[in-house]
Amino acid sequence: MTAMDRAAGPRRPGYNYAFLDEATKREIRRKLLKAVAIPGHQVPFSSREMPMPPGWGTGGIQVTASLIGPSDVLKVIDQGSDDTTNAVSIRRFFAETAGVETTSSTRRASIIQTRHRVPETPLSEGQILVFQVPLPEPLRFLEPRESETRKLHALAEYGSAYVSLYEQVARHGRIAQSYDYPVMVGARYLMRPSPIPSFDNPKLDRSPALLLFGAGRERRLYAVPPYTSVESLSFEDRPFRIELPPRRCDLCGATDSFLDEIVADDAGTRIFACSDSEYCGERQRAQGLSVVAP
Amino acid sequence: MSVQTARPGDPSGLLRPGFAEPTLDAQRCFRILLDAMAHPGRIAELPVAIEPPPGLMAASAALCLTLLDAETPFWLDPAAAGAEAAAWLRFHCGCPLAADSRQAAFALVAGTAPDLTRFAEGDDLAPEASATLIWQVERLEESGPLVLTGPGIERKRALGLAPLAEGFLEAWAANGALFPCGLDLVLVCGGRLAALPRTTRIARRETDGED
Repeated sequence: MTAMDRAAGPRRPGYNYAFLDEATKREIRRKLLKAVAIPGHQVPFSSREMPMPPGWGTGGIQVTASLIGPSDVLKVIDQGSDDTTNAVSIRRFFAETAGVETTSSTRRASIIQTRHRVPETPLSEGQILVFQVPLPEPLRFLEPRESETRKLHALAEYGSAYVSLYEQVARHGRIAQSYDYPVMVGARYLMRPSPIPSFDNPKLDRSPALLLFGAGRERRLYAVPPYTSVESLSFEDRPFRIELPPRRCDLCGATDSFLDEIVADDAGTRIFACSDSEYCGERQRAQGLSVVAP
Repeated sequence: MSVQTARPGDPSGLLRPGFAEPTLDAQRCFRILLDAMAHPGRIAELPVAIEPPPGLMAASAALCLTLLDAETPFWLDPAAAGAEAAAWLRFHCGCPLAADSRQAAFALVAGTAPDLTRFAEGDDLAPEASATLIWQVERLEESGPLVLTGPGIERKRALGLAPLAEGFLEAWAANGALFPCGLDLVLVCGGRLAALPRTTRIARRETDGED
């Protein structure tokens, strides 16, 4: 039991269930159904003012608010961690407005809202992963006009995305994109997986969990249904590769997880530790170590 | 859950009620529907007790209460339901009833093979602007002659539905060829439902061999 785990409790009076009004939830629900039916396609939605600034996860929160119910168990992570400010605030928001049970356990959660990571523990069928998305449009830095990027998606004209990767190869000798690495969904739509490390991209491919993406400021929703192909862009002679430092986690010894470099003391000592705090903690516990938070 | 009902000829003259707990019932129904849409062909039971108006099955009525409002023109197949259902929808959902099926965001259809060409299929710029059909069938089973594949299905999934006219599979294949445009279907049978998003391909099983 940690500070993240809280049983279902009473809701704060004076607000509708899960904060959003019912008409807004209905609109988001209708759009989510269409998003699931058109994997990878960005569906515009009305995006309400939320009690936090755009850029702090308002898209993900609106998706979660439209999903969540009394029998849900919610986990919220920010860069893999359950106990950073953004994660704590969002978890508390739903504990207060929906009265739901919250957890740090990836296995126990029915809904996981995330900023910029996919948990290390494999997800299972029935779970929903809700991504907070700052910029949903994968072609935005190649074509600034929304009217044009919509046409490019309509025509499945994604040549410029490949040129952009080719330019990295020409400049650096390899594809240098290490996060927000574009993917093709269902061999049709180019999709921005939100700024997850490219390390996490393979976890999206044929995931048993439903993946929902919400961009509040940009007013877009999109989705990847379970068991749907999600392929990272690559060239025949430049296959997609994950680059990992040849290191293990200094806290739990994991060699298969995404590591953060952390300054550990005033003398500038640096350690590498799992970005997924729950995964790291569980591994430390399993080894009988006294748990140190990354 | 006890449901207070006014039947036709009921001296109280009241419409049949909608959800007992509108907020939570809509949430529960939506999650079942979202899960069904994410796992095409999987049959689920809606967890609410509702006595629908004549012509609507219980799950159809619950889906209408969950999804419809003033922003969603609804087309009601005259072969499926009549004035009482229309009054019920107007009162509980507040949705406009579309005279022209191409204007409808949602539609309720019955019969052996709904005409898929009479509804909006969206366009390449906004394929999400297509209609979602609620198709009421008499039999719906997770076994049968139809084999489903596509996103949301790990390998393949069997589905049985009746009545089913021969022409439907061709019409559905033509709908799939419109991708990313195309209609999405929700099959309803009593209180149960299964979804067929436009991405689902349907074949007829040739033999009863291995599956």
